[in-house]
Amino acid sequence: MGNGTSIGKVRGLGSAKEGTHHWWQQRLTAGSNLVLMLWFVVSLALLPGYDYATVSQWLASPWAAVPMILLVFSTFYHMRLGLQVVIEDYQHDETRIVFLILLNFFALSGAVLAIFSILKVAFAGAA
Amino acid sequence: MANVRNEKRPLSPHLTAYKWGPHMAVSIIHRATGAALGIGGVLLLLWWLAALAAGGPAYALFLDVFTVEAGGLNIAGWIAGVGLTWVLFQHMGSGVRHLFLDQGANFELKGNRNTALATFVFSVVATIGFWVFILEKSNG
Repeated sequence: MGNGTSIGKVRGLGSAKEGTHHWWQQRLTAGSNLVLMLWFVVSLALLPGYDYATVSQWLASPWAAVPMILLVFSTFYHMRLGLQVVIEDYQHDETRIVFLILLNFFALSGAVLAIFSILKVAFAGAA
Repeated sequence: MANVRNEKRPLSPHLTAYKWGPHMAVSIIHRATGAALGIGGVLLLLWWLAALAAGGPAYALFLDVFTVEAGGLNIAGWIAGVGLTWVLFQHMGSGVRHLFLDQGANFELKGNRNTALATFVFSVVATIGFWVFILEKSNG
């Protein structure tokens, strides 16, 4: 560990090699989730209807599609970080590694599917 | 990586060892609602977005699973819609409380207990408000 300062150790020399990175990313995405989710809930409540034409027309607008993509990034990353901690707390044997790998696949493929869907609606320029 | 815990030694105190109170309830519910959102909420969001991308018939199927003919919610709609809305608002409320706790604030017993109770009040009021607003509008 050398003679580094305490903060120097935290910034990269600890056994995890990453200090408070996970913790901090969880808090950052918590903040962005809060803003984006409040936008999403209010937007949904204010929609004039919930039929296909109304909802797809709403999602096709850049004012909805762009924050929606940001919401997917923010919440899926937050979900990936949060469920990692849950798995680490409750899975103690080798299955932990399997669950963590599945979680990564779930988070990444889910986010790609969500963003592709949003872009498809947006670029198709729904009626 | 093998399980090296000595089975003869006790585990640290777990859920069953604590007396239930607002403080510990809000803590475990934050984890439970987070897991519910991470799995159930994500799957519902994915289905909704994919149905929108797939087109009218796929979206009609999505609506049909959660609503009755007249437009109101059926049982699945109540569980997935209203239930997940409460889960979202509860996780949001206790999450904001956690951001204050991270600053070292609000650890005095009384304030800690009151803010724990406040997250439940917020989640219930916000859920009712959201759905009354939507259902009132849909019913004209």
